[in-house]
Amino acid sequence: MILLPPAFLLIFFFYPLLSLFAVSLLPDGVLDLSGFSKILTDDYYVRIFLFTTGQAALSTLLTVGLALPGAYAFARFDFPGKSLLLSVSTLPFVLPTVVVAAAFSALIGERGILPLNLEGTLTIILIAHVFYNYALALRMISSYWATQSPRIEEAARVLGAHGWRLWWEIRLAAIRPAILASSALIFIFCFTSFGVMLILGGIRFATIEVEIYRQANSLLNLQIAAALSIFQLALMFALMLVYTRLQAQTGTDIQAAQTVARPPKTPREKLFVGGNLALMAVLLFAPLLALLVRSFWSPNGWTLQYYAALATNARGSVLFVPPLEAVGNSVLYALLTTVLSLFLGLIAAYGLARRGRLSTLLDPIYMLPLATSAVTLGFGFIIALDEPPLNLRTSRALIVIAHTLVAMPFVVRSVLPALRSISPNVRGAAALLGASPTTILRLIDLPLIGRGLIVGATFAFTVSMGEFGASLFVARPDTPTMPLVIFRLLGQPGALNYGQALAMSAILMVVCAISFVLIERARVLGIGEF
Amino acid sequence: MTKVIWCTVVLLLLGVVAVSAQENTLTVVAHDSFAYSEDLMAQFQEETGITVEVLRLGDAGAMLNQLILSKENPLGDVVFGVDNTFLSRALDEDLFIAYESPALEMVDEAFRVDPDHFVTPVDYGDVCLNYDIAYFEENELALPEALADLTKPEYSGLLVVENPATSSPGLAFLMATVAAFGAEGDYTYLDYWTDLVANDVAITEGWTDAYYGEFTRYGGSRPLVVSYASSPPAEVLFADPPTDVAPTASLTADGMCFRQIEFAGILQGTDNPAAAQQFIDFLLSAEFQADMPTQMFVFPVNGAVELPAVFTDYAQIPANPVILDPADIDAGREEWIEAWTETVLR
Repeated sequence: MILLPPAFLLIFFFYPLLSLFAVSLLPDGVLDLSGFSKILTDDYYVRIFLFTTGQAALSTLLTVGLALPGAYAFARFDFPGKSLLLSVSTLPFVLPTVVVAAAFSALIGERGILPLNLEGTLTIILIAHVFYNYALALRMISSYWATQSPRIEEAARVLGAHGWRLWWEIRLAAIRPAILASSALIFIFCFTSFGVMLILGGIRFATIEVEIYRQANSLLNLQIAAALSIFQLALMFALMLVYTRLQAQTGTDIQAAQTVARPPKTPREKLFVGGNLALMAVLLFAPLLALLVRSFWSPNGWTLQYYAALATNARGSVLFVPPLEAVGNSVLYALLTTVLSLFLGLIAAYGLARRGRLSTLLDPIYMLPLATSAVTLGFGFIIALDEPPLNLRTSRALIVIAHTLVAMPFVVRSVLPALRSISPNVRGAAALLGASPTTILRLIDLPLIGRGLIVGATFAFTVSMGEFGASLFVARPDTPTMPLVIFRLLGQPGALNYGQALAMSAILMVVCAISFVLIERARVLGIGEF
Repeated sequence: MTKVIWCTVVLLLLGVVAVSAQENTLTVVAHDSFAYSEDLMAQFQEETGITVEVLRLGDAGAMLNQLILSKENPLGDVVFGVDNTFLSRALDEDLFIAYESPALEMVDEAFRVDPDHFVTPVDYGDVCLNYDIAYFEENELALPEALADLTKPEYSGLLVVENPATSSPGLAFLMATVAAFGAEGDYTYLDYWTDLVANDVAITEGWTDAYYGEFTRYGGSRPLVVSYASSPPAEVLFADPPTDVAPTASLTADGMCFRQIEFAGILQGTDNPAAAQQFIDFLLSAEFQADMPTQMFVFPVNGAVELPAVFTDYAQIPANPVILDPADIDAGREEWIEAWTETVLR
């Protein structure tokens, strides 16, 4: 059982990847490392490398910094509409970059509400990265924060800790594992940023990921592409190794407990909560709203015609996809991905929580799929998975597998901090008192990791709903998902096509929002009381 | 609960792999824009008894690369959508089995660029500059009459083009500039691009970002965009509100457009060559050729096929587009892209 997640990675990640590297670096059976010497000596690649790292660090700092106060507000205070807001804040995650770019330009473009020309600047890249990743930090940190007993805080206060010392030494120290976990994910995301760079950053900004795509897909220069991929993977692995070491050192001494959030009472508390909500409104909800409005707005005024046009196949075309079918395909893939990644991710997290030499090595390995570009993996699948019993090249299962590779790290990262904070003494005591392993799981583990599980499930679902790269590079029979329909509509000229793409994006948002609410419900209904 | 999860996982990993055991199945590999009327394909399948499965492999570039990577164990029987800018790469890799379709006699000589018939021409399209008619009228600006005009100050900041390294119309436009200015002499295509950059040309990664992001029609700031001669008819067909006045048009003076030709070919290793041949014939049939313009916004290679009204009314077909020999394209392509990237981006 414990071997399932590593086996999954071995078969569906390392095997395809190594097959592609073998083809790339051993073109005629002779090892050719010219790609490496090129990327390590050429100024152009050195600059790309520096830019990639710099913008990722900056984006991560900015996102986590902005999300921290918000996470505290969501963990400690109760206010109306809280869970809905939490759900809506996750929506940016599923939106294709082209659509987000349209929303941004309606707000801060040359003809937008706030006429600024930020096109092709680092500023717009940073804004977009915060827009995409804010919810990740918010949800991971606040769900962990909620399991930390406020009693320690109260004790510290009694002992004289106030102001920044209270924040720095007590509050932030308590949630360090969650801050580290979300920072690690966000750093990887921004490091491998692709769509944001291409579409919002304009042509002059390139990350390593963008360069891999150009080299592999456009030039079929597999030597350079493989060298860049290996370089990126090695870098991410080293970084994750450091991070997982840090992570493993923390989180034991804190006695996890269940806390109850309360409504803000004092004016200061109200201002604090209100301020954070206002920030979220400007940062996250305004672009989403702009998008929604644009899908109902034509040159002639308010209209439903884009939605109507989505449902009619005027030209009898085979490329036409009834909206319900696209929704169905997307939801089906996302559900399968969620189940599979929860299953594998939970097993993986339990294995890692035990600590030991093996787990310090395995932990960063589980993160590697996030640092792998879709085109590399897609080409790897084509080469490696072409013989029975693994003849999956043209199977729909491959899409679920590709999505799960990316979704699993979210589950692991969401659950692991809470899992580690459970003192082994508690489990031991329960066992001593005659509790069976399942009882321990149900009564001790689940209440504590429940919130983390919900967060992991939400992101696994979201990753799959919004995923586009793998869906594009994996050969597939025609079961188009919502992002693919949006992509197709935006591939042809005409105002009606553009309007329909916006309408489909709005539907994607709504379907995701509904799903998030249902996933939250699962917590109340299925998993238990906590 | 655990059982349910297990069953799902097992089903997922093993069950979904449905190997089609049908007798007469044909797998068609195509890019994402491959479109046709459903009725037409249904009719073909009924008449021939062939079951057609279409497999989409991303854009034309991604599709070709995946075919090359999988050539020992091909993904399908027949491919549609290899174009002349990448034809040599495909031919060099020996991807195809030769087939000379009897329907080729209806195809103009100019499109039959492969004398060995490893590939069969199916459609063509011209990559041309499109302009926003309203913008040029409102600003009383004259239209550019040649590529060289685009470096003049009056067109400063008005043009958006796609990156030739990542976009097929971008590559076509680069080749049009290579053909116009040459790679040697006092003023090469690279000098031209240096001047375009000085004249504030915008560059995007792909067609969608250029057209829906930068073009004035869709809220951008640039009234000149590298697109297709078939884009103006699409603007009318998908107008909102419906209109009979095209909002955009193409610049089709001699040497300003680049002709792309799309080919189909039978893949080496197919176990159903007879069906593959029938499918190639079907692509050249009058019915399919007539269906293509409004489905894929390309032009039929079969000259006897009548164009739909929206094409004859709103599409300008350039009299003398740039046509390069696939072998020359292949010899120069990587070098042009590399030099362009050095000149324009770095």
